[in-house]
Amino acid sequence: MAVSQPKMDGASALAGHYPAPSGAKWAHDARASAMATFMSQGAPHKRDEYWRYTDPSALTAVPTAPAALFTSDEKPMFDGVDRVRIVFVDGVFDAAQSDDLSLAGATIETLSSAVNTDIHWAKDLFGQLEKNGQNPVQRPLAALNTAVADEGLVIHVTGKCEKPLAIRYIHNAKTSDAMVHHVIKIDAGAEFTLLESGAGAARFNSVLEVDVADNAQFHHVRTQGRDHERKTVTHMFGRLGQESVLRSFTMTVNGILTRNDAILEFTGDNAQATVAGACAGDGNGFHHDDTVFVTHDSVNCESRQVFKKVLRNGATGVFQGKILVKADAQKTDGYQISQGLLLDDNSNFLAKPELEIYADDVACSHGSTVGAIDDEALFYLTSRGVPRKQAQDMLVLAFLGEAIDEINNDELADDIRDRLAAWMERRHG
Amino acid sequence: MLKIKNLQVGLEEENKQILKGVNLEIGEGEVHAIMGPNGSGKSTTSYVLAGKDGYEVTDGSATLNGEELLDMDPEERAAAGLFLAFQYPVEIPGVGNMTFLRTAVNAQRKARGEDELSAGEFLKIVRAKAKSLEIDADMLKRPVNVGFSGGEKKRNEILQMAMLEPKMCVLDETDSGLDVDAMKLVAKGVNALRDGKRSFLVITHYQRLLDHIKPDFVHIMADGRIVKSGGPELALEVENNGYADILAEVA
Ligand SMILES: Nc1ncnc2c1ncn2[C@@H]1O[C@H](COP(=O)(O)OP(=O)(O)OP(=O)(O)O)[C@@H](O)[C@H]1O
Ligand SMILES: [Mg+2]
Repeated sequence: MAVSQPKMDGASALAGHYPAPSGAKWAHDARASAMATFMSQGAPHKRDEYWRYTDPSALTAVPTAPAALFTSDEKPMFDGVDRVRIVFVDGVFDAAQSDDLSLAGATIETLSSAVNTDIHWAKDLFGQLEKNGQNPVQRPLAALNTAVADEGLVIHVTGKCEKPLAIRYIHNAKTSDAMVHHVIKIDAGAEFTLLESGAGAARFNSVLEVDVADNAQFHHVRTQGRDHERKTVTHMFGRLGQESVLRSFTMTVNGILTRNDAILEFTGDNAQATVAGACAGDGNGFHHDDTVFVTHDSVNCESRQVFKKVLRNGATGVFQGKILVKADAQKTDGYQISQGLLLDDNSNFLAKPELEIYADDVACSHGSTVGAIDDEALFYLTSRGVPRKQAQDMLVLAFLGEAIDEINNDELADDIRDRLAAWMERRHG
Repeated sequence: MLKIKNLQVGLEEENKQILKGVNLEIGEGEVHAIMGPNGSGKSTTSYVLAGKDGYEVTDGSATLNGEELLDMDPEERAAAGLFLAFQYPVEIPGVGNMTFLRTAVNAQRKARGEDELSAGEFLKIVRAKAKSLEIDADMLKRPVNVGFSGGEKKRNEILQMAMLEPKMCVLDETDSGLDVDAMKLVAKGVNALRDGKRSFLVITHYQRLLDHIKPDFVHIMADGRIVKSGGPELALEVENNGYADILAEVA
């Protein structure tokens, strides 16, 4: 189908807005290819099928609309965790605020340093997993990110890292428009945990490409900052080798527009992947979209998608989730659940669950529900003396808890629960 | 303690009168039993006392130590000292039984201006009380009532009652679904709470519970009213002859 003129014009305007970054030939080639992809696809538009429930115009507008900074006395996330801390301010790596780029079991570089190295392992991954993920669904904002992002981390994990790497994104400028692109290669048998937190910028576009080799593990816990006006689009492209594990969890509270895409592909047998999200949205402006695409192309792999959204005062939650099981992917176990809890009649939850299965020996299930607080449960709790608002919070946390339970690290899971509880308590005013 | 006067209750959603003028007075330390045919309004009475939504009180009052219950939110009634052991305890996935109990105990203490119990103090008390009701540690950790057997749910209600130390306990068919041993256990739990001050309203269909929890008064409810009151012998009469004679007599 020919791309419409407005989409082309949108792409040109947006592409012209970002300077072309410098890099070695391999990086230059990858970026040029991504730019060609972006220009041929055009900027995403709300008429696109994949953006049917989420209007991307705030993500494609030139220039970025300013977003007021969110100041809070709240402690930064994950500060209690023993980790290597890396800071990006409005999308720019801040060496002064960061720990040394040194983590036992891994080599960490900045993207700009890696792409200026003539011979680098990242050649095989940078822009490559993103490119693989462009089919069958176009992901123009990810292509644009590959083409123009000059910030990010390039991480080679060779052993079992004891400590997580925690990236904190600080939003400091009202009109900041940031792109970060991380590339992570986890060697066979190695293990790595990535923590991400913070709003990042007024507008934030992030891409994460992660290659999880045979028997390797990748754990990912992310919280998206509470800035009320931020706009965020993220893409995680994951490739899983044999018997590997990938677990990703995201907590989102507030923000205006958040679109989180996860694109996972099983290429080796007996691997496991989980993508989960707990989201709490308050207010008319809140729009949160989780879009997941899992491709099973190997035998006996298990994938889980668990998404929970609690919405109030006109907030909107979206889930688009697909499990594609190719003909040879026998014994696939695919699970998908998305649930919206609406605290009033003005809020919305829209879900598009999809299964596309070409193998005959698979167990796939999916479910999507939308509902209100259970009155019977609420009465039970209040009849024992728990004040109504507190009882409601308990039920909301219980609801979100099923997604939080997908994090297999108690310390991190408790941290997430505490944050959500504190956030809900503040709602009481 | 509890005074129910001419309580008339209908449904909010449909035009249906369920309670047609209930009168009942329970003194300090007394145990009253309510019996009556299915659908006569026993559970409705307990729900209206506890403050459940969906009912419309069209007339009457219900006071606890002089305070009008019907004007209070459910949590205020609980803090004022009312407790309802549900006929059908609700399962609440994702809310830990222990967390729930501690939140409830501390919310009530706070509402009454008392200090909250620390996690340690709470744990000590709850363990001891759970033990006497033969509720094991595993049940305390599980989500509220989820996957509990019928008997376990009822014992869990009594545990909550023991922890919350209410002034007025309403037990709605706490004996249903219990085997003989569990019923003795529950009765023991209830009797342990009898201290001469705390009052009980026991809704039941069977004399056998009243063998263990001895009532001072027995009332028969039929078609939204208390139609007959008497001593423990009234329960025996029901046990032997059913309701037909009593209903014929008052008709
Ligand atoms: N929410 C409701 N909607 C419709 N009808 C109701 C509702 N609550 C109570 N009723 C009706 O009111 C009547 C009294 O019900 P209630 O549960 O109080 O009876 P009960 O005496 O406790 O009976 P049982 O011995 O079977 O427990 C019944 O006819 C019941 O169907
Ligand atoms: Mg009943």
